[in-house]
Amino acid sequence: MSALLIRGARLVDPTAGTDSVGDLLVKDREIAAIGPGLTVPAGAEVVEARGQVLAPGLIDAGVFRTDVEAAVAGGITSVLLMPDQSPVLDDPALVERAERLGKPRLWVRPLAAATRGLNGRELGELSLMKDAGAVAVATGRAAIADAQVMLRLLRYAAGLKLVVIAHAECPFLTAGAVATESEAATRLGLAAAPAAAEAVQIARDLRLAEEAGAALHFACVSTREGVDLVRSARARGQDVTAGTAPAYALLSDTALAGYRSFARLSPPLRSEDDRAAVREGLADGTISVLASRHDPRTQEEKRLPFADAAPGAAGSATLLALGLALVHDGTLTLPRLLALLSANPAARFGLPGGRLAIGDPADLLLFDPGAPWRIMSDRLPGRAGNTPFDGLPVQGQVRLLLKGGERLA
Amino acid sequence: MKIPAGTHPFPHPHLLAIEGLQPWEIGFLLDEAEQWVETSRRARKHDDRLQGLTQINAFFENSTRTLLSFEIAGKRLGADVVNLAAGVSSLKKGETLLDTALTLNAMQPDVIVIRHESSGAVALIAEKVDCPVLNAGDGRHEHPTQALLDALTIRRRKGRIAGLTVAICGDILHSRVARSNFHLLTALGAEVRAVAPPTLMPVGIERLGVVPFTDMEAGLKGADVVMMLRLQLERMDGAYVPSTREYFRTFGLTRERLAAAGADVLVMHPGPMNRGVEIESVVADDIQRSAITEQVEMGVAVRMACLDVLTRTRRGEWGRGQWA
Repeated sequence: MSALLIRGARLVDPTAGTDSVGDLLVKDREIAAIGPGLTVPAGAEVVEARGQVLAPGLIDAGVFRTDVEAAVAGGITSVLLMPDQSPVLDDPALVERAERLGKPRLWVRPLAAATRGLNGRELGELSLMKDAGAVAVATGRAAIADAQVMLRLLRYAAGLKLVVIAHAECPFLTAGAVATESEAATRLGLAAAPAAAEAVQIARDLRLAEEAGAALHFACVSTREGVDLVRSARARGQDVTAGTAPAYALLSDTALAGYRSFARLSPPLRSEDDRAAVREGLADGTISVLASRHDPRTQEEKRLPFADAAPGAAGSATLLALGLALVHDGTLTLPRLLALLSANPAARFGLPGGRLAIGDPADLLLFDPGAPWRIMSDRLPGRAGNTPFDGLPVQGQVRLLLKGGERLA
Repeated sequence: MKIPAGTHPFPHPHLLAIEGLQPWEIGFLLDEAEQWVETSRRARKHDDRLQGLTQINAFFENSTRTLLSFEIAGKRLGADVVNLAAGVSSLKKGETLLDTALTLNAMQPDVIVIRHESSGAVALIAEKVDCPVLNAGDGRHEHPTQALLDALTIRRRKGRIAGLTVAICGDILHSRVARSNFHLLTALGAEVRAVAPPTLMPVGIERLGVVPFTDMEAGLKGADVVMMLRLQLERMDGAYVPSTREYFRTFGLTRERLAAAGADVLVMHPGPMNRGVEIESVVADDIQRSAITEQVEMGVAVRMACLDVLTRTRRGEWGRGQWA
């Protein structure tokens, strides 16, 4: 296979913490050389980066659908696939099959269903699924209601050295709710649950994880109280991490105005204060993962009255641009954003990637962080364009995406 | 409320909510309704201004009273009124709401009256049809004609709305009637109280300009108008309040409790009433103070006014520059 030299790029390695201008040579599907002023090998293709950012391919730590087109458009080379599939990823064979779904263009890292059929009662075959390729265990779209089941899950997973990815919403408090209790929900007449539903679940699961000595990751933290609980647990030294999605850092429940079903998310959009807290959590490292929670929905599922519409938003194709919005507004530095989008999930879930190292597979992303475009729901690549950011002007375009040295975009 | 010079008295294609209406627009609808009160009291109640127009009442949620009121209102104005009741709608056959809307629209109606169990559903349909849409209640969001008929009742009994103290009591959380009334009464300058047990009080209610009370006696003190809300049977099973009898004991409107309100207090209820649950019969039937049957009468008049006003552009009654 011929070589590819990317010349004059801003090389950002979020694992090493380096950020410098230089060249990178890809040869035999691997990163062959890094440094300033590399010589062009005979027959190599040369890409002039002109100062654009070259970083590890993004790792999207939580999607609900394998959507290769959307991932490639978003600069993503690897996704963690939630177990909420049809059928549910609760069987080693299904995990093995899921792992192959994205080939050859996308690494799919399946997450094992914590319980059979995600029923919240009987433990899944975690060890067999781990051997089949599951990189962690997840409770999926909903938390495990029964504390005893959750404790056993955490103990069992700890024995297998698997991180448990938990959904942080108390299922009893959120039963029937489609929004967060607030002025907005009251005006619109939407069934709502208190924001405390998140803190209630996080507090319980933190305590249970401590009891079990388990590694815990909250898939999506969206409230001030939730962020505070994770922060203080981390300060105590507990093995806990948290993720969030761009919507919770950029939108609040005012986006529900006009009953826009694209803004019906799970967890639901929160208050302005919660939004500010999510940004603080991202800035100070309490939240270490930014994931798309990509959940493309068909028109049949979204062209409905708000409460009847399915929750979720398409997010893979917009993950990088919306993350960059947090860089452009000064919340995050660029290396820190790229850590949230690659190095941190790689480290937490033991995945390859997230760094620029000689000998590593060439999963690389070259992007222009300033290039403008507008998010248009009807033109998003991938399965569907149900985004609450419809019409938003953003910056950040993928110029080149390599997976194993193969050019995808 | 005087309409500002050069302003259209009602520049909206639909009536989907009270929230967002200007005070003079509300006043205009109430003024228009007055004539229909008189018409409806005559032996011959017919006016032919909607002759030849088709009115569809699409009720996706069960209703007897409101549907009947809209049907009578349309017929008194001469419209061809047809009803689509929930039980026979093709929604039961799996058709989506928007397909149903497009089907209705293809039948060339001139006005559609919609009730739906989901908040925001009526606005969703209104985007897809070519004629005026009247919201007859969507989920727990709004029920604008109910608030208008309540306001007309109060205005005729009390002579004004501004400055009155109105206590709205009961299941505020699930009530679209309460929300529409909050918006309307505060827009017209009344002091509005929301009286409910904490489990039935929505969060952020004070941001709507009303004062919350969880104590019935305190909430009724000095009130000029007491508006009781229906407590849905399914809320009484211990989920929101422990029992019917406990609710009646703490939040039921009894004669003794009503004594805390103003001497000439007006008692209202959107119906249907649960006698002995939220209201005592002796209060409901007190012809001096209860306006409950009058509310029903005003309902027809208000709906006639809304049907008339919303179809004026379509009937060629309203063009540019006709208003002072």
